[in-house]
Amino acid sequence: MRNPVQKLVLALAWVGVLACLLFVQGVQAEEAPADPTAAIGEIKVALDTVWVLLAAFLVFFMQAGFAMLEAGLTRSKNTGNIVMKNLMDFAVGSIIYWAVGFALMFGVGNGFIGHTGFFLRDTFAHLGLAIPLDAFWIFQVVFAGTAATIVSGAMAERTKFGAYLIYSAAISAVIYPVVGHWAWGGGWLSKIGFIDFAGSTVVHSVGGWAALAGAIVLGPRLGKYNKDGTINPIPGHSILSAALGVFILWFGWFGFNPGSTVSALNLSIASIAVTTNLAAAAGACLALILTWLKYGRPDVSMTLNGTLAGLVGITAGCAAVTSGAAILIGAAAGILVVFAVEFFDRIKVDDPVGAISVHAVCGAFGTLAVGLFAKEGGLFYGGGFELLLTQATGVATVFAWTFGLALLLFLAIKATVGLRVTEKEELEGLDLGEHGMSAYPEQVDMERSLAGVVRVEALGR
Amino acid sequence: MKKVECIIRPSHFNAVKDALASIDVQGMTVTQVMGFGKQKGHTEMYRGSEFQVNLLPKIKIEVIVKDQHVAQLVDVVSKAARTGEVGDGKIFVYDVVDGYRIRTGEQGEAAI
Repeated sequence: MRNPVQKLVLALAWVGVLACLLFVQGVQAEEAPADPTAAIGEIKVALDTVWVLLAAFLVFFMQAGFAMLEAGLTRSKNTGNIVMKNLMDFAVGSIIYWAVGFALMFGVGNGFIGHTGFFLRDTFAHLGLAIPLDAFWIFQVVFAGTAATIVSGAMAERTKFGAYLIYSAAISAVIYPVVGHWAWGGGWLSKIGFIDFAGSTVVHSVGGWAALAGAIVLGPRLGKYNKDGTINPIPGHSILSAALGVFILWFGWFGFNPGSTVSALNLSIASIAVTTNLAAAAGACLALILTWLKYGRPDVSMTLNGTLAGLVGITAGCAAVTSGAAILIGAAAGILVVFAVEFFDRIKVDDPVGAISVHAVCGAFGTLAVGLFAKEGGLFYGGGFELLLTQATGVATVFAWTFGLALLLFLAIKATVGLRVTEKEELEGLDLGEHGMSAYPEQVDMERSLAGVVRVEALGR
Repeated sequence: MKKVECIIRPSHFNAVKDALASIDVQGMTVTQVMGFGKQKGHTEMYRGSEFQVNLLPKIKIEVIVKDQHVAQLVDVVSKAARTGEVGDGKIFVYDVVDGYRIRTGEQGEAAI
């Protein structure tokens, strides 16, 4: 037990502590409380940023979708090469887009092109972004990557890897960013009211027309077309891989379309997700029905393409049309893509995965469809022909720019470093010829697969 | 010593394997092969183009037996592999010049 003196000291100490606490509390209470409006503003920015980043990550994952789809629809002797093309067009594209592309697309400029902010050395304040520049950039780079990777499918199984890298750098540096500037970077297309919300034209048609140029300059795969005009099917090696690719692309598209609001507070992200999904579903259903009627049995790979056709088709108008219209647009795209695939085969443009049919043709269609179905200004809503003509202008000019430039580029590559592999290499497979490896070593030859088996000498017996 | 080569339907492989075991056949070599005889192939469709698939998957079983066992083996395999439909397969018999067991060095019929 403490003596009375100790008790007194203890009591005084406690009083002192209490007094200090009250004093501090009082001091704090005298400061102004945090401004609620500013706090809400901060939360808004955070929400928008998180949404844009999430959407960007979803669109990035579409790279995996493209890789799986393209690998699945091509032969196993070329799988390693397809993987490399898909990996590197994003890797190379990312750096080039950071250094040059983004500036041309979103920099201060004129109606044709931007010219400030190379290497992201600018605030880009003129964009009036509500989110950090980095968030906006990463969102944009994955879109650029999507345009670039479309081409690898149409040019699969016969393109020199180095030549492909050159093309890849060019599309991410110039071809795509200029179109992006016209429509989204304050350029002349946006000024005349052109609507391409998430990129049916800017991303998918750009990729698709470049793919067309590439496929034409390359020529068809060996043994694809006979002299009498008949077509030899070259089946892909894994329909399961192709299907997984389509599912991944569908999933990623939920970042592609709704993400293009660039804001979480714009609750149309919900209706955009719905139009996106319905168009994909309708595209799949109509491709299914059409192939069932045409070929007698529902065709798996065409139905997969039909799904993508619906997605590409709705990308321009996902924010401007009703759910019902989305179904019609997706359905029409699903039908269109089947005929387009057959058409390109008939004119001997060999496209192993249907990239041109899905992205160029349905991209153009989806863009025009906005002129018909937009709730504000669409022909079917009493808007007259004005929007439709604006959309057509965009489609035509982007075709001319993209196809023209890409054609020149591929012809230049062909004349210099060469675009196509040798016949011998094409027959052996690009994995061996371009990369000195095999994606499926156990299937190549016994000697190589035995190389993986443990050697008895190594066991020390 | 004879080599008996049986080309049969994949669906009947297990039945033939069991039948061979029932007559004390000591070993066999099995390969997956493609081929056709009178059995026609089928038509497939890929992205709008038709093509004929004439090669059909079959199983090839190779067995080495003494001369006096060939007749019984052919009989047993035929019964196990027969469905009565076109595509049941074929059995061919070849002369074997010589044979060796690698582990022991035994030669001739002792190697079987």
